Amino acid sequence: MTTQKKLWIGLLIMALLTPIGVILPDKLKAGSAWGEWGPEEIEKLLGYVPEGLKKLSELWKAPVPDYNFGGEGASMTVQVISYIASGIIGILAVGIVIYVLSRVLAKNEK
Amino acid sequence: MHIPDGYLSPQTYVPFWGVSIGFWSVALKKMKKELSVKHVPYLAMAAAFSFLIMMFNVPIPGGTTGHAVGGGIIAVLLGPWTAVIAVSVSLIVQALVFGDGGITAIGANCFNMAVVIPFVSYWVFNLIRGNFTGGSRFNIAAFLSGWAGLSVASIFAGFEFGIQPLIASGADGRPLYAPYPLSVALPAMALEHMMLFSVVEGVVTLLLLKYFMKHEPELIHALKAKEA
Repeated sequence: MTTQKKLWIGLLIMALLTPIGVILPDKLKAGSAWGEWGPEEIEKLLGYVPEGLKKLSELWKAPVPDYNFGGEGASMTVQVISYIASGIIGILAVGIVIYVLSRVLAKNEK
Repeated sequence: MHIPDGYLSPQTYVPFWGVSIGFWSVALKKMKKELSVKHVPYLAMAAAFSFLIMMFNVPIPGGTTGHAVGGGIIAVLLGPWTAVIAVSVSLIVQALVFGDGGITAIGANCFNMAVVIPFVSYWVFNLIRGNFTGGSRFNIAAFLSGWAGLSVASIFAGFEFGIQPLIASGADGRPLYAPYPLSVALPAMALEHMMLFSVVEGVVTLLLLKYFMKHEPELIHALKAKEA
């Protein structure tokens, strides 16, 4: 097997293991990353939500917020499946972007 | 370290967009000149790797979480300018599709993670390794390159968070954006990274570099060209 094939398989295995990144923080009661709190969490921390933050935080509605298809309050099973699916979508999405990018750059060369 | 929308004032996120666009255009120009067809799959794999490793949230029990970025090993393997593109693509997909990191903050997030990490890591790696291609000095160089890259990035992020109360507050004196001052934001970001998340980045850098030294040594950018 070529090294490249091995590396792609390695990435796929990584995608299958990503749920560790949601299970472990849950088990160890670790919350959001510092500075990545949602407006509700901020309200709990400060007692208010800064004006500008409130406005800007509503700017973009991501199709799959937090790598979670189940929305807030989704069960751990749904989160685990969402995480793996998100990992695979991520591999495909960045792969397509890089492929298109390199095609465009290569064409301009001539 | 994915700064969400609303944490940075326009006075901060607009200039950072400018800085990142500058780095992207130089990186794309270099890519156009130097990228060979056989390297495209590696570039795609690097972006995918960075995307995936950021999903492995490392918990501080009862506290916060953080993660490695992979920018260090990508820079050592493919060169810092290629790493700028790989990590930026991954961060932009994360922001647009998964809401991880804000749209307004793409410039700042790409600067912190896709520019600072690759260049710091690459520089530290070659500085410490000297001419060694193995042994403990080489290993230490690999570990410290990843560690330092993410640590310096976290200092930048902490600084960006911490200056917000100085830049913008409402009529009532309350901060409009990220609420914590430098004295809180900077140590919070820097210490959790230096003590844990950057250690993970360092270990990842070391282990993967060992793998590539064994299986694909001719690929490693940092061993070919010593000039960044």
